[in-house]
Amino acid sequence: MEPTNVHDPEYYHKVVDCQYACPAHTPVPEYIRLIAAEKYTEAYMVNWESNVFPGVLGRTCDRPCEPACRRGRVDEEPVAICRLKRVAADNKGDITHLLPKIPTKGNGKRIALIGAGPASLTVARDLAPLGYEIHVFDEQIKGGGMMRSQIPSFRLPESVLDEEVNNILNLGIHQHFKTYVSSLKSVINDGYDAVFIGTGAPRGRDLTNLPGRAEGGANIHVGIEWLASVAFEHTKSIGKKVIVLGGGNTAMDCCRTSRRLGGEDVKVVVRSPYSEMKASPWEKEDAQHEDIPILDNHVPVSFVSENGKLKGMTFEKVHAVYDEKGKRSLVPTGEPHVFIEADDVLVAIGQENYFPWIERDLGIEFDKWDMPKVDSTTFQSTNPKVFFGGDAALGPKNVITAVAQGHSAAVSIDLYCQGKPLDVRPDPMTNLVSQKMGIHEWSYDSIVANDDRYVVPQAEKKVTLIDRKKEVELGFDKNVGFKEAQRCLNCDVQTVFTENRCIECDACMDICPTDCITFTVNGTEEDLRTRLKAPSLHLDQSLLVSNTLAATGRVMVKDEDVCLHCGLCAERCPTSAWDMQKFFYNTTKAHHGCGSHA
Amino acid sequence: MTYVRPTFRHPDLPKNKINFTKKDYEGALSTLCAGCGHDSISGAIAQACFELSVEPHRIAKLSGIGCSSKTPAYFLGNSHGFNSVHGRMPSVATGAYLANRDLVYFGVSGDGDSASIGMGQFVHAIRRNLNMVYVVMNNGCYGLTKGQDSATADNGSKSKAGSTNLFNAIDLVGLGLELGATFVARSFSGDKTQLIPLIKAAISHPGFALIDVISPCVTFNNNVGSTKSYDYVREHIEATSTVDFVPVMEEITASYDDAKEVTLHDGSALHLQKLHQGWNPEDKLSAMNAIQTSKEKGEILTGLIYIEPNTNALHDVLQTTKTPLNTLKEDLLCPGIDALEALNQSLR
Repeated sequence: MEPTNVHDPEYYHKVVDCQYACPAHTPVPEYIRLIAAEKYTEAYMVNWESNVFPGVLGRTCDRPCEPACRRGRVDEEPVAICRLKRVAADNKGDITHLLPKIPTKGNGKRIALIGAGPASLTVARDLAPLGYEIHVFDEQIKGGGMMRSQIPSFRLPESVLDEEVNNILNLGIHQHFKTYVSSLKSVINDGYDAVFIGTGAPRGRDLTNLPGRAEGGANIHVGIEWLASVAFEHTKSIGKKVIVLGGGNTAMDCCRTSRRLGGEDVKVVVRSPYSEMKASPWEKEDAQHEDIPILDNHVPVSFVSENGKLKGMTFEKVHAVYDEKGKRSLVPTGEPHVFIEADDVLVAIGQENYFPWIERDLGIEFDKWDMPKVDSTTFQSTNPKVFFGGDAALGPKNVITAVAQGHSAAVSIDLYCQGKPLDVRPDPMTNLVSQKMGIHEWSYDSIVANDDRYVVPQAEKKVTLIDRKKEVELGFDKNVGFKEAQRCLNCDVQTVFTENRCIECDACMDICPTDCITFTVNGTEEDLRTRLKAPSLHLDQSLLVSNTLAATGRVMVKDEDVCLHCGLCAERCPTSAWDMQKFFYNTTKAHHGCGSHA
Repeated sequence: MTYVRPTFRHPDLPKNKINFTKKDYEGALSTLCAGCGHDSISGAIAQACFELSVEPHRIAKLSGIGCSSKTPAYFLGNSHGFNSVHGRMPSVATGAYLANRDLVYFGVSGDGDSASIGMGQFVHAIRRNLNMVYVVMNNGCYGLTKGQDSATADNGSKSKAGSTNLFNAIDLVGLGLELGATFVARSFSGDKTQLIPLIKAAISHPGFALIDVISPCVTFNNNVGSTKSYDYVREHIEATSTVDFVPVMEEITASYDDAKEVTLHDGSALHLQKLHQGWNPEDKLSAMNAIQTSKEKGEILTGLIYIEPNTNALHDVLQTTKTPLNTLKEDLLCPGIDALEALNQSLR
C-alpha cells in the first residue's frame, strides 16, 4: 500500500467514528471531555456551533453516531452520546454573551427562508452574523417546524425548543409567522438575493383507497397532522381504543400521545416484521413500556364502520419472504383476517413533500417523482437563486440531517451572493496538537473506563401518562453524566506515527491491548489485512500505513478498527515515534472560511 | 499517572487448541524502560506458548536478579514463577525439575546473571542437561545499575558515556557448545519471526536449550559505537538459516533445494531454509566453525546453531521414574519393612 496521507483532513476525521457518522460532524469527543470537566457551557457551545439545537437533539436525535461509536465494537454498547448532549444543555450557564454578534451594518444582501424548521433556522444562524438580512416565513405561529408540530412535548419540552429557536430568531431575523407562502414567484419578485426552501415533508400519507376510509372518516386521522393539532392544542382527546398504523418514529409518537389523551387500549399495527420497523429501537421500547402492544405482520384490509361510526379495522396476517437478492415480499399466511376494535385510527405510514406553491415556470426543474432537482453538495436548484435544504431537499430524513444541509446551503448562498463558484468549497478547519505533558502524563484522560452504559432514568408512568407535557426522560444527573462521559474512548486523540524516529523495537506492537499494530513487509491492502496481528474484519475501517522503515525495510500497519486510543503505544515508545495528538475538525460553515469572511 | 492497561481486547482474537486467547498468556504491565528489548522477548515467549497451546499452569518461570529476571512478571501471569537469588536460578531450576519432570521450565536470565555472578551455576545446568529453556536476555551492560559494561560486552564496544570496553566478551553460545548443550541458538529481540519458532523448538527439545537473545538496552547501551544497539545488530546480523517450526502432525507443504528438516524428539520438526554455507545444525564441528568464522568477519550469527534432537536429559541419565517425584505418595516412598528387608537381602 501507499503510505497513508494523514495530511488529508478526512483521514483522521474518519477515525473519529461518531463525528464522521454525524451528518453535521459534531466534534463529539471534544464536548464529552468538556462535560467530564464540568464545563457544560463550553460543551453546549461546541454543540451549538455544529448542530444548532443541542437541547432538542440531546432528546430527540436519531443518533447515527451511536451505532458508529467505536466503543460498540469492543464493549456491549456504545457511549450514550445523545443523552450526554442533553447533560450539557441541561447544566449550561448563560450563553447570551457567547452568541454571535450581529454587525450593525448589513452587507446589503437579503435572503428569504421559507419554512422555519431546523434547516431554515440553521441557514439563518449561519448567515445573519455575516450581515445578511434574513426574512423567515412560516404558516405557524412560532418557529421550529416539525420539531414543534411533530415531536410531542413529553419527549421535547416546549421551553427547550423555544429557547433554542429564539436564540436564532434574536439574531435580528425578520420574522413572518402565520404567513403561508402560496407563490414562490411572488417571493422571488420581491427582490431577494437568494431564496432558501426548507418546507419539510409536510404531507402525511393516507390510505385513501382502503375500503371504508370515507365512511369512517371522522375518526381516521393522518398522524403528523394529528400530532400538529395536538401540539397547537386544537385536539385535546381521543377515543379509548386506538389503532396506530405504521412502524416509524411518527407512529411511536402517535401511540404514546394517544395514551396521554385518553387512549386506554392503544395498539400499533405494522405491516413489516418487528425487527424491520423503521422506528428507533429505544422509541419502540418506550412505547411498549407504556403498555402499547406492537402487532407486526398485519396488513390493513379495510376500515369497518357501523351506522356511520368507526368500529375498527380488519387485517390480513402475512409473513416476510426474501428472494435471492434480499428483496422482501409480504406473503399472506392464509389465516383468517383479524378484526381489531377501534374508536380512532391514526395513519402514520410515511410523509412526503408537497410543492403546489412552486410555479413550474421559475426555472426549477422537477424530476419524475415531482421532486425538485437539487445538487446534493451545494443544495442549489436549477434556478441558481433558489436553494433547498432539510426534508424539502432530498426527501424526509431527520433533524440532524436538516441542520447539516442547512450549513451546506448557507455556504452556497454566501458564495453565490459574493459571485464565487459554488463547487469550490472552503476547507474544513482542522488542528492537530500533541497531548503529551510528561512521562505517564497526557492532557486527556487516557484510562479506559470499564463501566457498562448507564440507563437514562425515566419519570414514573403514572405521572407521565396523565400529563402530555410531562417529560418522560429525566436525563442523566451530573454524576452519572460524568461516569458515562468517562466511557468515551477519545477517538479524536489520534495515534500519530513518525517513521523516521522508529527504531523498530516492537514495544508498541507488544503493548497494544487490542493488537492494532503490526510491523511487516508491505503488500496490497487485501494481502496486508490477512497478515495483521489480529483479524481485520471491518474493511470500512482504515489502515494507517507508514513509509518504508529504514532499518528493516518493513512498514508499520495500524488497523484503526478497535484502537482504544489508550496511548500505551506512545507511552512505550522510546523515541516518541508515536504521539497522541488531538485532532479537531470543524466542518465548513458559512461563518468562517468563506472567502472574505475568513 | 496514566500507565494502565485497558481490559478490553480485540473482539475477534483467535483461540488456540485448548481454547485460550493470547490474553491468557499475558502478565502484568511491564515496568521496564520504554523500548526495552526484554519486553519484546517476553512477548515472543507468550506468543510461542500460545501457539503451542501449552496450558499456562504447566509452565514454570525461574529467574535470578536483573532487568531480565524481572520480566517473568510481565508474561504468563497464570504460570508458576520463582524469582530467586542473583545468579542462582540454575540451582532452583535443578530442584524444580528434579521434583516435577512434567512441567515446561523457562529459565530467564541476563548477561550479568549468567555470565558473571551466576557463571558457576550456569555451566553446571548445561553439563547436567536439565530439560529446560534457558533464555539469556543479553544487552551487554548492567542496565539495572546504570549501564556498566557486562561480561558479554564486546572488546572495543563503546558505552553511552564514551568509554571503550577493554576486555574480551564471553560468548555464551560458544560456551554452551563447548559444554555440550544439546540445543544452542542465538537470536535478536527485534526479530520475532526468528525468535518465536526458536522458542517453540526449544520447548519441544527434551534437554537443555540455550537461547542467547541480543536485547538492546535502549537507555544505556543503544548509542553509536555500542555493538549491542538496535542499529549495530541490524547492520551486522547474519542468520544460519530461516526457521519454521512445524508442529506434530502438520505436513510440510513447501520444499526448497537449499533446505533442511530436523525432526525433533516429540515428532515436531524444524524446517530450515537458506542454509549458511558449510553449516549443518546436527554437526557440532560445523556449528563451531560457523560461529568462529562469523566472529572473524565481524558478523553476528543468529538462528539455530546446533541441535542434538535425541538427547538424554538429567532424569533419563539418572533413570528416575517417569512419574514426577513430587506426586509419589507415602506408600510408594515408604514401601514398608518387607521391601526394606528384601533390599537389604539383595545387598548381602
